[in-house]
Amino acid sequence: MYTITEEILTTPSGDMVINVGPQHPATHGVLHLLITLNGETIKKVEPHLGYIHRSIEKMCESLSYRQFIYSTSRMDYLSAHINNHGCALAVEKGLQVEIPPRAEVIRVLMDELTRVASHILAWGALAMDLGAFTPFFHAFREREMINDIMEETCGARLTMNYMVPGGVMMDIHPNFQRRVKELLKQFSEKIDEYDELVTYNTIFINRTKNVGYLSKEDAISFGVSGPSARASGVSCDIRKIYPYSIYDKLKFDEILYTEGDSYARYMVRVQEVKQSLSIIEQLIDNIPEGDFQAKTKAVLKLPKGEFYSRVETARGELGVYIVSEGGMTPYRIKFRSPGYSNLSALDHMTRGSKIGDLIASMGTLDLVIPDIDR
Amino acid sequence: MFLKEYISDVYGAVKSMAIGMKRTLYYFTHHQEIITQQYPDNRDTLVLPERFRGEVVMAHDEKNEHRCTGCTACELACPNGTIKIITKFDISPEGKKKKAIDKFIYHLELCTMCNLCIEACPTNAIHMAQTFEHSVFDRAQLTKVLNKPGSKLQEGVE
Repeated sequence: MYTITEEILTTPSGDMVINVGPQHPATHGVLHLLITLNGETIKKVEPHLGYIHRSIEKMCESLSYRQFIYSTSRMDYLSAHINNHGCALAVEKGLQVEIPPRAEVIRVLMDELTRVASHILAWGALAMDLGAFTPFFHAFREREMINDIMEETCGARLTMNYMVPGGVMMDIHPNFQRRVKELLKQFSEKIDEYDELVTYNTIFINRTKNVGYLSKEDAISFGVSGPSARASGVSCDIRKIYPYSIYDKLKFDEILYTEGDSYARYMVRVQEVKQSLSIIEQLIDNIPEGDFQAKTKAVLKLPKGEFYSRVETARGELGVYIVSEGGMTPYRIKFRSPGYSNLSALDHMTRGSKIGDLIASMGTLDLVIPDIDR
Repeated sequence: MFLKEYISDVYGAVKSMAIGMKRTLYYFTHHQEIITQQYPDNRDTLVLPERFRGEVVMAHDEKNEHRCTGCTACELACPNGTIKIITKFDISPEGKKKKAIDKFIYHLELCTMCNLCIEACPTNAIHMAQTFEHSVFDRAQLTKVLNKPGSKLQEGVE
């Protein structure tokens, strides 16, 4: 019998259009995907954005150079420190201030701790999307330690607002070094669990290997960056190719895989956790003495001009572009957020595959929806 | 050949599952490694770090005196318009007029706990408290007056 519902849901060619989201656990937020299906095969994925648009760029135009940094923690909330770092770098380019070495080291330590926390959460969330519930809690165990460190030193767990133009807001807590060393010890003991539970699991491998293939050329043309692009063989680590802060003095490897499938994207993240931990290990005993903040004027004014900075967040390249007219507030601020470009490749990656593979592809892209919508 | 591959596939699958299940069973039997906090039952023992940003409060000493001069540095530093300072003129015994705060109004519902007001304060009059259970039944209760009634400026704070 032909009902009105079928008329709405099916197109004349027999395709079915279904909605994933905006309230769906696998979209990790309020992402709305309009999927055209032929049976179980995906013909088209159309992301609908704007559910969590807060016009952060416009808001920043009415805030001073000290004030606007706090709002960027709310873009990609899982790499809040790195967002703040990018904004601080752009403002410092205009101010021409010298950052004390202590502040630089603290900044990099915080960035890498954030990256570890973000990647292990992505690890847990991906495993949960694919049906394994235990890894999610294992990920939160280590992430909780990092959050505690952040809470102790920065005063907040997620939206820290710790980086200010000229350095960091407060000096590190006396317990900081001890707590980070405990974290490193915990990781060295427990990192095998990650592999035991997920990496070598047959179900996980079958669900992710050769799924959501993205070639190197496509990754470049879609502007995909971060771990998702490095899994396709694109060398795009901003920390290596345009080193900022003290990254040029540190020893770490850029993880590159050439497979381009979901499993490679997953492996890049697991390997990057190890690289970030090695960066933390190099720095934690070598925090130089001195000021944690350079002396800046009470009211910051950038000279007339354009300032651009780029940082490597946990999801890819974040660009901060400031146009100044010489006043107390920016004339225009534009953020190049990694999530938006990474999402644009989703349609290309999943076309022709089964609907179950869409979840694996989406999970390994590691989308954060407030980062896409801003 | 096909059969050999098939059996090795099945063997590998069962082995990888067994390794994962072993880990799960380990935590099932080792309760001391569970780190779940029993909030809100642990409220009495819950200690938050001293830097934790819960809400802005103004410290008063035993003589009901605070350190706020009413310079509005915090009001200007706030990105959300959370703080509003209403000043008045006190007349000292010598007959001199002196600026002082009448009301330090703090809108908790607008606050994002960014710590910029605390950084801006030149006299350390305000600080962050570690309270975090802010839910109330009426939104008007979130608008707070931070200086206590009848409080004065501490001696020697300019």
